[in-house]
Amino acid sequence: MNVGREQALAYLRQMTRIRRFEEKCAEVYSAGKIRGFLHLYIGEEAVACGVMPELSREDAVLATYREHGHALVRGMPARSIMAEMYGKQEGCCRGHGGSMHLFDASLRFFGGNAIVAGALPMAVGFGLADRMRRTTHITACFFGEGAVAEGEFHESANLASLWKLPVLFLCENNLYAMGTSIERSEADTDLCEKARSYRITAASVDGMDVLAVGEAARAAVAYVRAGNGPYFIELKTYRFRAHSMFDPDLYRSKAEVEAWKHRCPIEAFKTRAQEAGLIADAEIAAIEADTAAEIQDALAFAEAGTLEPALNLTRDVYARERRVVKVGAS
Amino acid sequence: MSGTVRINYRDALRQGLREALLRDPRVFLMGEDVGRYGGSYAVSKGLLEEFGDERIRDTPLSESAFVGAGIGAALNGMRPIVEVMTVNFSLLALDQIMNNAATLRHMSGGQLNVPVVIRMTTGAGRQLAAQHSHSLEGWYAHIPGLRIVAPATLEDARGMLFTALQDPDPVLIFEHALLLNVEGDIAADPQPVDIDYAAVRREGTDVSLITYGGSLLKTMQAAAELAEDGVSAEVIDLRTLRPLDDATIVASVAKTHRAVIVDEGWKSGGLSAEIMARILEQAFYELDAPPARVCGAEVPVPYAKHLEDAAIPQVAGIVAAARNLVK
Repeated sequence: MNVGREQALAYLRQMTRIRRFEEKCAEVYSAGKIRGFLHLYIGEEAVACGVMPELSREDAVLATYREHGHALVRGMPARSIMAEMYGKQEGCCRGHGGSMHLFDASLRFFGGNAIVAGALPMAVGFGLADRMRRTTHITACFFGEGAVAEGEFHESANLASLWKLPVLFLCENNLYAMGTSIERSEADTDLCEKARSYRITAASVDGMDVLAVGEAARAAVAYVRAGNGPYFIELKTYRFRAHSMFDPDLYRSKAEVEAWKHRCPIEAFKTRAQEAGLIADAEIAAIEADTAAEIQDALAFAEAGTLEPALNLTRDVYARERRVVKVGAS
Repeated sequence: MSGTVRINYRDALRQGLREALLRDPRVFLMGEDVGRYGGSYAVSKGLLEEFGDERIRDTPLSESAFVGAGIGAALNGMRPIVEVMTVNFSLLALDQIMNNAATLRHMSGGQLNVPVVIRMTTGAGRQLAAQHSHSLEGWYAHIPGLRIVAPATLEDARGMLFTALQDPDPVLIFEHALLLNVEGDIAADPQPVDIDYAAVRREGTDVSLITYGGSLLKTMQAAAELAEDGVSAEVIDLRTLRPLDDATIVASVAKTHRAVIVDEGWKSGGLSAEIMARILEQAFYELDAPPARVCGAEVPVPYAKHLEDAAIPQVAGIVAAARNLVK
């Protein structure tokens, strides 16, 4: 197993945090504490956990509406995420965004986009700005395989490649765009081929294996940071839960879901790490205990949170309200 | 008055671009054919040679990607000017403008600003038919989070861009295609202009003619004709379509007690309807007559010259509407 003890523990801790956090989200959603849409990442944890450690603090991250995991691993406190989902003003976006729109500018985590493929053009712009300012920062953009059917994917891939921009395209292929399987939506299901058709270097990786994800991401980040242009990774993964809490999950068989659950990224990694003697039972127990405490704390924080006064409703529509004094002649 | 120059609207726009590029290294221009071609309306002609292809960027025909890229670059420290060839094409980028540029600040709880400027040509009058001639600025003015401006004068054509680039919020600039060749004398030394207030372009006492952009010159001409008949018309140039400068509109109506709104956009659910509603809400008891509208006919703008003329506001129609109110 080609990983150090510290990194192995970190992977396990982060994947566990996402899993337990989202299990709690589902629970409190059912209790009516969280409303709106809630899209769980359960089953896909190895993707965010494998990629994120390869990025620097200065790199930008853009994600989708299934982004609790990315936000947590990027460093957003569970407290601020939970409070956001509770619609409290202590939340990261003061309750304006909710589950699908988590932002933390201080961590260069730019959401949380609920339009499929909607973040891709912006990611190209982030890359363009870094390129024009001669930085070595890169932009990582997560999106689902459903986004590949959108024109914005193709326009963005073309532009990023044409201008050789430092953008890392991370396609989380969980096989279903809501209820539509990839076979039923793509004429060619080879997603890397699509990227290569824009002369983007592309790789496909087992998204259930955090080590494989980390390795692929490391190579891709180095490539992009060196100024070689964009890079595309297909991360083959699967969501164990329904698309959202509203989804009765009628479009795939229970057997299929069960088969994937046997490939649980957390259990698989745990087993391998234990077999390699990297992680002890006590450490796993400690991670679980820490995580449970963190989530309890986040819940208590969200519960105790306060509601933004409705008087503030329009406060952040504009950064600049109209000037009070007229200036200039016109 | 020392130092005026004779200039047309297109050159004024170019001066504004040049000034912005010279003053701020974060500013760059991108869009379809802005570089080597010189801009589809020749607005950016010569800028590629002066500033290079790093800052004058020709893009593929992918409105959503390059408008979205402008938004992303703005979020990441640049001050992009994105040119969309015509307003009809901007619909291909509507997702980026509406769902990202307009929402990100509020949705992020005030964490993000999107200081992007998006310029586009609007309006009819060149026989380009229904997919190149519409006035959809009123649609954009519907959207909270955007600032919508329409330079109708040479000063505004030159100055609004620079002010828009200082703004922390996304600004959309609508440049009417028929204004591009309009010539006049303006101060050689550019003065700053605001993008907040309407302007009274002609003072009057009998009726307020409220308009903007490509209809301003027609409205000014109508006011001149009305004056010959002894009708004193005041002309308001809205300049900023969102947020609207209610105070200037209401002050004018309170003085004249009559209002005609002139807008190349359609009436139904349009900007003229919004302005009329605000007059009724805020100045109902000042009115001596129901407000009137001269607007684009409710058709896709047709190609044939006589039909196109019939589809958009004309001087005679404005004069007739005003006379009808003051008779």
